[in-house]
Amino acid sequence: MHQPGQKLNGSEIFFECLRREHVDYIFGYPGGSLLKVYETLHDVEDIKHILVRHEQGATHMAEGYARATGRPGVVLVTSGPGATNTVTGIANAYMDSTPMVVFTGQVPSTLIGNDAFQEADIVGITRPITKHNFLVKDVRDLASTIRKAFYLATTGRPGPVLVDMPKDVLAAECVFEWPESVDIRGFKPTFKCHANQVSKAAKMISKAKRPLLYVGGGVVTAGASEALLKLAAEQQIPVTMTLQGLGAFPGDHPLSMGMLGMHGTFWANQAVSNCDLLIAVGARFDDRVTGKIDTFATQALKIHNDIDPTNVDKNVKVDLPVVGDSKDFVESLLNELPKTKEDRSAWLAEIEAWRRQCPLDYTVEKDSLKTEFVIDEISRQTKGHAVIVTDVGQHQMWTSQYYKFTEPRSIVTSGGLGTMGFGLPATIGAAFGVTDRPVITICGDGGLMMNIQELVTAVYHKLPIKIFLMNNSYLGMVRQWQELFHKEKYSFTDLEASNPDFVKVAEAFGCRATSADNPEAARKAISDALAYNDGPMLVDFRVVRKDMVFPMVPAGGSISDMLLARLNPKTMV
Amino acid sequence: MKHLISVLVENKFGTLNRVAAMFSARGFNLESISIGETEDPEVSRMTIVTRGEDRIISQVLKQLNRLVDTIKVTDLTHQPHVERELLLMSLKLSKSTQHEIFELSNVFKGKVVDIKQKSITIEVIGSPDKINTAIDMFRPFGIRELARSGAVAIHRGDS
Ligand SMILES: Cc1ncc(C[n+]2csc(CCOP(=O)(O)OP(=O)(O)O)c2C)c(N)n1
Ligand SMILES: [Mg+2]
Repeated sequence: MHQPGQKLNGSEIFFECLRREHVDYIFGYPGGSLLKVYETLHDVEDIKHILVRHEQGATHMAEGYARATGRPGVVLVTSGPGATNTVTGIANAYMDSTPMVVFTGQVPSTLIGNDAFQEADIVGITRPITKHNFLVKDVRDLASTIRKAFYLATTGRPGPVLVDMPKDVLAAECVFEWPESVDIRGFKPTFKCHANQVSKAAKMISKAKRPLLYVGGGVVTAGASEALLKLAAEQQIPVTMTLQGLGAFPGDHPLSMGMLGMHGTFWANQAVSNCDLLIAVGARFDDRVTGKIDTFATQALKIHNDIDPTNVDKNVKVDLPVVGDSKDFVESLLNELPKTKEDRSAWLAEIEAWRRQCPLDYTVEKDSLKTEFVIDEISRQTKGHAVIVTDVGQHQMWTSQYYKFTEPRSIVTSGGLGTMGFGLPATIGAAFGVTDRPVITICGDGGLMMNIQELVTAVYHKLPIKIFLMNNSYLGMVRQWQELFHKEKYSFTDLEASNPDFVKVAEAFGCRATSADNPEAARKAISDALAYNDGPMLVDFRVVRKDMVFPMVPAGGSISDMLLARLNPKTMV
Repeated sequence: MKHLISVLVENKFGTLNRVAAMFSARGFNLESISIGETEDPEVSRMTIVTRGEDRIISQVLKQLNRLVDTIKVTDLTHQPHVERELLLMSLKLSKSTQHEIFELSNVFKGKVVDIKQKSITIEVIGSPDKINTAIDMFRPFGIRELARSGAVAIHRGDS
């Protein structure tokens, strides 16, 4: 390690900074503007560089790593096309508030603006999809900029930060100085919740007859799960979670109601519609959660805790805003509130009745395979002790319904942006960060193809990931909407004639693979895959093709008004 | 309703773009925006005129605050403030209108900054309302070109 005060070039400074930020993995791809960095990297041993096969893959890996570990993911790509290939991954991290630092090479500063070879204004392009971004114009600013980038990415509401580094800056020399502290006058997030607001919240909770906790990814980020469990149990408050909130509260706890919203459980949505107090913690009233706003939780007073004040009163007007860290909020409530004396058993019984009225279930047949069954079986065999990474589509929603998430950071999924192609690379990233539990992707045949090249990365590093492909040979979620809302015009969603043989594809990459088309074979394939740890393994589950995800709130509909089964049973063949 | 927002920002390239891009990305109305250095060369002041109901304005203020390069955001609308805009306007000139134009210019405490055979350029400073009125009143003489600076504003008094 070089010491501060030594004269170093920009590339050496870059790695010195990453060391001081305790970076262990970089997901990257070289190119012209980064040659100096890769020259230095050649002799770097303590920081592992993972060579991806497409820069989008690098961003999703960094995100998978970050979500599974809580530490920021780091990406390194070259200028121009390398940089523009990161855009989807950055937007994804922005929407899901994932801490990530993306380093892009840039053409020499003297050429910026000249339409130079492989020049793209990546700072301009990513301005609306980063928490903040920087162009470093002088090597003397490099260390302090990197320090700020990590600070911004990980402090308050996390998010992606991009640092653009021109080629000449990476070669220029200066005395290396590491700023011990960061102070950004325009960035001062509020951590501590206002005591008055917390007291008011406590009073509202103690008076409520039918309270409901609605918790999101902010609880996971803040590490508030333990406190939340205590609060819910002491106050006898049922808990419903958003997609990113799954695992923030144990899914097998009697007070857990699973997910709410568009594909949430019937009883969670009924509870939202009938509660008298809704306590939103680290959640943002997304339209996939609320459905039609004017009919959302109309009988409830609403408390909203969020670290980002812009989330408050954005979609839904609340009665009591509490800006601050979710852990601070829940712990402060625990201090304020005596164990409840309210008898909430009637409310819990009401919810139980809704649960019995419309449970989540599916039928099992001997010689056909349902995605629901496969996911249920993965849940049973892993007992919730795994990192589950999904792609986007029907399989994602079934995962949220049938997998029992019991620990925070056990789900990694693209929520806000809904990025197909996220699953495989995010799984790879998660597997670099998590080695004590199985890391599994549940993906679809459409999405897997979008970043299939990263199978190379998994094979090369012998990552023991499980790729569980829910292969319906359809862009299933789109097909579902076509059936329900678009006159059964199945335009360009049937992939049967064009999909490859996924087992052969995997094998060509050097990945072990098998397939299963009935429950018995599926059960065995899952246990075989879980037992295999010498590299990745893909299982091609040949699932029923035209299955649909229910219950469902049609887009823009009221969440009290769910579709419970297909409109025309004949369409299920 | 109309709101006048004053924002202190880091004097760095790209800051104006960040603010303007945020307005367009979130669909906020942006009537005018002006920016210039302050007494501290590292800090610029932006004056923004926007329109919206209270809920929108509260989002505008919060979203402005959320940008890392903004240092302080103040809604001046309901606070004592001074607001000014500069108008530069070139009008057609003829013997018959010359006198009237001079007179009207005096009414608005305007200044003649350039005069040629067939044209005259006038400068008027005042609130955006006064500038609107001035433009209406001068219109019949034939406006050749005009430029408005957008509003700039600061707090009145010691606060
Ligand atoms: C990059 C991208 N393109 C398009 C979409 C729109 N989309 C959402 S789900 C879906 C179908 C996904 O199909 P598949 O991966 O097979 O999963 P399934 O729904 O069948 O489980 C599509 C096309 C998207 N979310 N992301
Ligand atoms: Mg599919």
